[in-house]
Amino acid sequence: MTPHRTRNILICSGKGGVGKTTLTANLGIALARQGVRTAVLDADFGLRNLDLLLGLENRIVFTAQEVLAGSCRLEQALVKHKQEPNLALLPAGNPRMLEWLKPEDMQAIVGMLGPNFDVVLIDCPAGIEDGFKNAVSAAQEAIVITTPEVSAVRDADRVIGLLNIHGIKPIQLVLNRVRPKMMANQEMLSVNDVTDILALPLLGLVVEDEQVIVSTNRGEPLTLSGSGSPAAQAYINVARRLRGEDVPLPDPAKMGRGLRAKLGRLMKTKIF
Amino acid sequence: MTLRDTINRLLGLQRASATTARERLQLVLAHDRSDLNPELLEQMRREILEVVSRYVEIDLDEVDVSLETEDRVTALVANLPIRRAKAVAQPGVKTSLSLGVKAAGLAKAEPADRQKPEAVSGADSQSAGAQAAESQQPGPQEAQADTAGETANLEGSQSLT
Repeated sequence: MTPHRTRNILICSGKGGVGKTTLTANLGIALARQGVRTAVLDADFGLRNLDLLLGLENRIVFTAQEVLAGSCRLEQALVKHKQEPNLALLPAGNPRMLEWLKPEDMQAIVGMLGPNFDVVLIDCPAGIEDGFKNAVSAAQEAIVITTPEVSAVRDADRVIGLLNIHGIKPIQLVLNRVRPKMMANQEMLSVNDVTDILALPLLGLVVEDEQVIVSTNRGEPLTLSGSGSPAAQAYINVARRLRGEDVPLPDPAKMGRGLRAKLGRLMKTKIF
Repeated sequence: MTLRDTINRLLGLQRASATTARERLQLVLAHDRSDLNPELLEQMRREILEVVSRYVEIDLDEVDVSLETEDRVTALVANLPIRRAKAVAQPGVKTSLSLGVKAAGLAKAEPADRQKPEAVSGADSQSAGAQAAESQQPGPQEAQADTAGETANLEGSQSLT
């Protein structure tokens, strides 16, 4: 990574609830742990949650809104993560801010972060309206996150079209909530189905993992405590690939201990 | 997967839901990407047939106009089997007229797996040049040089949204 070129990366999905904010929080922590100075920017001014997932909700004094209005300095609004000082959160303003926020404002915020950070992750709001347009205007590259469900893939496709129009490059894909067992049974769109349809390079595969819920309950992203769970390992690998490391993607057929056991049983009982 | 589903799948009574999901997605995305609703598509179909019918007699039962998508490129693929040429047509009319309209700006070959309805239209149509039409379908680029009333190709410039 060249020192003085900040990568402004949009994390978007179109559809809500597919894991944008979880990815932003975990990827932010993972990058910070790998020594990358990372800022996470909550661009969801309407429904902000990134502070909550990072466990920083009680430490917010100022927001991007005050920074833009000139009533505080950027350093005052940035919330540094205690355990990972390489990571800082710039919280979104309140919902009323939506009315006057313009793409130029978002560019100004991201521009201010530039000198102090190597990577700025922009957590994009769901949808493709003004919030999305503001967020996309400040990014050069994007990670599209989706799940192997028809609605999520359709919305991702729409977002990819818009990212292309805005000249965002590269656009990479993270496939979230993969259930290897269902994929093996052909009860879920396969990894190839999704990458073929969306025609994007795959940056990461994250298996459905209950630990994600536990970690959000606590406000401690999974990647904070190392690679103990399958999802944590997946997020760490996304961070490594994002930095240009060549980390092989897992084979969904071999993911999850449950599947392997099940496959073993299946092999013994198969009759034809 | 329930036991009933498993049995049905094994007996071939039910397809895997992932296959259904993929097919439904491909269809809906073809429409999303081209921003064409079924009504507009139907209107366009009628108008295409109207224009083509001025020059050649089309086998209306075998007409197929649909959107296909591959690698984020959506193509309007029209298969219009020709019964016979009308007086105005040039000599050497092929058996089938195919019309490919790119909905995306990308230059990409059209899906190569389109099959001509040769069995249906081959018998009662003129045979000159039929072999060529059946063996390969020209993409839009090639077709521009090949506009002698045999294969009509239109190129659109609608971008993906």
